[in-house]
Amino acid sequence: MPAYLAIQNVGKTFTRGAATTEVLRDISLDIARGEFVSIIGHSGCGKSTLLNLIAGLTEVTAGGIILENAEVSSPGPDRAVVFQNHSLLPWLTVYENVNLAVAKVFGRTKSRAERHEWIMENLDLVQMAHARDKRPTEISGGMKQRVGIARALAMEPKILLLDEPFGALDALTRAHLQDQMMEIHARLGNTIIMITHDVDEAVLLSDRIVMMTNGPAATVGEVLDVPLSRPRKRLELASDRTYLKCREAVLKFLYERHRFVEAA
Amino acid sequence: MTLPATKDDTVTPLPFKAAPATIVPLGALRPRPIDIGAVLRAVAQATVPPLVVLAIILTVWQVLCSSPGSSLPPPSQVWTDSYELIVDPFFVYGSQDIGLGLRVLTSLQRVAIGFGLAAVMGVAIGAVIGQSVWMMRGLDPIFQILRTVPPLAWLPISLAAFMDSGPSAIFVIFITSIWPVIINTAVGVRNIPQDYRNVAAVLRLDQREFFFKIMVPAAAPYIFSGLRIGVGLSWLAIVAAEMLTGGVGIGFFIWDAWNSSRLSDIIVALVYIGLVGFVLDRLVGLVGAIVTRGTSAA
Repeated sequence: MPAYLAIQNVGKTFTRGAATTEVLRDISLDIARGEFVSIIGHSGCGKSTLLNLIAGLTEVTAGGIILENAEVSSPGPDRAVVFQNHSLLPWLTVYENVNLAVAKVFGRTKSRAERHEWIMENLDLVQMAHARDKRPTEISGGMKQRVGIARALAMEPKILLLDEPFGALDALTRAHLQDQMMEIHARLGNTIIMITHDVDEAVLLSDRIVMMTNGPAATVGEVLDVPLSRPRKRLELASDRTYLKCREAVLKFLYERHRFVEAA
Repeated sequence: MTLPATKDDTVTPLPFKAAPATIVPLGALRPRPIDIGAVLRAVAQATVPPLVVLAIILTVWQVLCSSPGSSLPPPSQVWTDSYELIVDPFFVYGSQDIGLGLRVLTSLQRVAIGFGLAAVMGVAIGAVIGQSVWMMRGLDPIFQILRTVPPLAWLPISLAAFMDSGPSAIFVIFITSIWPVIINTAVGVRNIPQDYRNVAAVLRLDQREFFFKIMVPAAAPYIFSGLRIGVGLSWLAIVAAEMLTGGVGIGFFIWDAWNSSRLSDIIVALVYIGLVGFVLDRLVGLVGAIVTRGTSAA
């Protein structure tokens, strides 16, 4: 019986003309239902590629990915992605952006009124119901990202894939959204994979942190358990010993053993 | 009836550029206590300069053409000769004796059909080409060559194919205005950000949903600049085509006036054509601005 999400010996090689680049090699990872896993690594190590493989947006060249006993071969709403740059459709309002997903996923199973309820529920969850008729250009970066999260949650995915979701936000907004993400995770118990390059974010949010070696041919270097009880409070953790130890372990991995080498 | 290919060399698509002209800026209306002085000033700024230039042109024209031996009539004579045409665009005295407004409407009807077809097919073909690299490689060079063929050059072959002047004129409009629509749509589709494609992929939008929900809105700014060039071209083409095919259109009116040496009427018709072309261009521009609001800024 494989895990909820099983990534088995996955490799990815990009071919462009005669040149081939091996981005990922032999990645294996089991993720349990309801788990919050962060993937951390230096830029260019193939984190996003790994996420795209799980999402099905890119095809694996070796190995396989199995979600609930079915192999991942194409993208689908059971693996909702929150993209780094929100990627809301600018010609639709906040409500319509979420509706696009809801209408597609629940068009047959929910009535019109139920779908409306569901959209509003998800907008409420990220506290964006007040801006339902605004267009993405009229709201701030943090708000856009919240709508992006609402859109992903509204698909009721088996697994939520976050691609550096808070990377483009200022520190205060980021902290606020991290707290919201923890609340949502506590409430809904989603399985979440998050790509990040922020050590604090990884330790604060995750049950496990997957640390990746540098590319090319990057792979899983180490997996760190974060044995902190939930709910977690940012302020209390700042001086918590377990928290600091986890943080140190990640920092050591990233800056001692696998220092970022600028590609020549 | 033979005619040396007259004005069809002016049809190469010019790089589309918004002409600075007499649009009264609405922005001036927005501040809450409406400042009438500011509004008037804005209106004046937009209208006075072109009026002044117009007055100068008319004066120079009047002076140049007032000598007894001049070949063209001066503005004052145009006014007296064609008074009826200028004042009443919608008179009907007989089947061939109708106001210029009605003639323009006939021409516009042809343009509407031809351009409408070109718009629908152009967007569809452009979408296919934009989506597929191989379609692009195969079709683009052919389109690039075909689009340089002047509108009137299509006329004989379409007359042969349709055996009737009505459909032929419409076909000429169609074939003239479809190229910029195709090419711009294709460019717009190719430029759809990968993010939007990813969203569509995750949602598993099918072809039809992707076309209407992602592709058309995302490419709308490009599509509309193609449509705007297209409508200008079709207006150029209809006048030329009607000169040859006859009927009641504005183009035929000019040809008819030339044959009966009514130079003043021709000049009035030219003004009509210019104004209508201007309005068409602005109309498509306006529709585009309304439809694409929010799209251009990411």
